[in-house]
Amino acid sequence: MKIVVCVSHVPDTATKIVVGSDNKTIDANGVTYVLNPYDEIAVEEALKTKEAQGGDVVVVSVGPDNNKESIRKALAMGADSGVLLKDDNYRDSVGVAKALAEEIKAQDAQIVFFGKQSVDYDNSIVGQLTAEMLGYNCVSVAVDLKLDGEKITAEREIEGGREVIETSLPAVITCQKGLNEPRYAALKGIMAAKRKTIEEKDAAVSENSVEILEMKKPAPKEPGKIVGTDSSAVPELVRLLKEEAKVI
Amino acid sequence: MAKNILVFIEQRNGQIKKSSFEAVKIAADFANKLSSQAEAICIGNDVEGLDTIGGYGINKVTHYKNTDLANYSNSAYADLLAKHAEETGSDVLIFSNSAMGKDLAPLTAVKINAGIAVDCTNFEFEGENVKALRPVYAGKALINVNVNGDKKIFTIRPNVFKPGEPTGDKAEVNVVEVSDPKLNCKVVELKKSADKLDVAEADIIVSGGRGLKEPDNFKLVEELAAQLGAAVGASRAVVDAGWRPHNEQVGQTGKTVSPTLYVALGISGAIQHLAGMRSSKYIVAINKDKDAPIFQVADYGIAGDVFEVVPALIEELKK
Ligand SMILES: Cc1cc2nc3c(=O)[nH]c(=O)nc-3n(C[C@H](O)[C@H](O)[C@H](O)COP(=O)(O)OP(=O)(O)OC[C@H]3O[C@@H](n4cnc5c(N)ncnc54)[C@H](O)[C@@H]3O)c2cc1C
Ligand SMILES: Nc1ncnc2c1ncn2[C@@H]1O[C@H](COP(=O)(O)O)[C@@H](O)[C@H]1O
Repeated sequence: MKIVVCVSHVPDTATKIVVGSDNKTIDANGVTYVLNPYDEIAVEEALKTKEAQGGDVVVVSVGPDNNKESIRKALAMGADSGVLLKDDNYRDSVGVAKALAEEIKAQDAQIVFFGKQSVDYDNSIVGQLTAEMLGYNCVSVAVDLKLDGEKITAEREIEGGREVIETSLPAVITCQKGLNEPRYAALKGIMAAKRKTIEEKDAAVSENSVEILEMKKPAPKEPGKIVGTDSSAVPELVRLLKEEAKVI
Repeated sequence: MAKNILVFIEQRNGQIKKSSFEAVKIAADFANKLSSQAEAICIGNDVEGLDTIGGYGINKVTHYKNTDLANYSNSAYADLLAKHAEETGSDVLIFSNSAMGKDLAPLTAVKINAGIAVDCTNFEFEGENVKALRPVYAGKALINVNVNGDKKIFTIRPNVFKPGEPTGDKAEVNVVEVSDPKLNCKVVELKKSADKLDVAEADIIVSGGRGLKEPDNFKLVEELAAQLGAAVGASRAVVDAGWRPHNEQVGQTGKTVSPTLYVALGISGAIQHLAGMRSSKYIVAINKDKDAPIFQVADYGIAGDVFEVVPALIEELKK
């Protein structure tokens, strides 16, 4: 079975965000980029699927040359080969999905794994968009997945619980924390990854419909009050919550 | 160019979700600002009180009905939504950025060929143009965006836009019986997490971190939460340690929350945690380290021991 996993290359979550001089994107100076945390879960699920069913895991990413670092990380975890769909410009989610859909079609993948969210723009939609463009079934925010031939039983996280979903291949699954524990890339994997191929081609790009006009930092919070250092401050805290904040 | 606005009303177990009233109010605002029409769509089987959306400014709702639609099915729902949007010439669609909205809105966007901006927290209108504001990098930055093209979809962050008190107006409900819904992907069961309030929906959240020392001590967090009618949240440190389930994690790789009140107990306030909760209206921190970064975002703090302060707080609230 052909398995595709789509990965994005994003600023490390510990990054302090500084707005760039264009006032539209972040200042990338000194920022460490990593494989998107949710995509590690997607890679793990792809590898588990391969281990259970056999097949080939292809890692695909849309973006500039640097995205190869995250593709390489996925290869080190155990994926078989990579494809970089080169695109040096800001691309909105629909644009990214179009490029991915075209590649997935060419790969003729039966199952495609995404992270539930890319921790840069936090859109949480590229997987669903791609699924619909391909006409594949889609389960987003999956926390449990069982494949039985063509049949899929999955659980997705919703407010206050889970939905149990039945569907079938071909399908897109977007992965949420809790679905699995991503493996570490061991030294052997890192060495092996160096010999695996990353094919490069230009992304099939389209015009962006979502245009960023401006990026800014949220207004800083006023420093608060430390009411005290032990339980003697509790009555005052409760009074403030009742009378000043009026929240309880 | 006249706009037609369509808002999606989400139901579970036949009940309209609270965040849908927020979406209805926003759709009514859009109609007002763009001098256009707005209507609503709901998909389900028996749905209670659909006419009450009239109280939030929309006077027409189409209810697509079938027993197989009682539970969510993204294939069937997206299909009906797209058809309805085409039939009514709707060019602006509004969803809540709920679990269902996040799943459904992008599928619909592809079907009707719309641009999509998600998780919006503010809108500005300039003539025909709508500028949407949304948090990115887990709220460490904000972007203003335009959605270009003829059709646009916006999803709105739950809990941000308050719908206010409804007027007594009733909406006209049009029931359309659906035959043969497209059930390629279907929810066959709903598993509730033991009737617990979810952090994503709660108005008050009490979260605990590693300062609680061991999983058993979370009963302090739970007791305080019960006293406040709050949901229980957690830092990643305690989720990773297996003390608490994943769905309670607040932060950049957990849930982004904006409750009215967020209480952090024994949480240091790492950048990834702050990212997920800093937009809460009021933040209270109890941490024995007065230099903990959580105090930089807290409105009120007690720089003390959770094991001494929290029991006193629970007692004080019982009074
Ligand atoms: C990729 C990535 C993603 C991440 N995503 C998230 C995320 O989504 N959410 C998240 O929360 N974290 C996230 N983190 C982890 C984050 O960096 C911190 O490690 C984590 O938030 C720390 O949790 P904590 O505050 O419970 O623990 P600690 O940092 O250990 O803090 C414990 C606090 O308790 C206080 N304390 C100790 N004893 C007492 C006492 N008796 N009374 C009062 N106070 C006491 C201490 O002073 C300390 O401030 C992420 C990290 C990475 C690398
Ligand atoms: N540029 C990209 N290249 C490949 N996959 C991507 C890209 N951007 C997002 N994705 C995938 O889509 C998921 C959701 O991203 P998003 O909708 O941007 O939050 C991510 O977890 C990735 O799996």
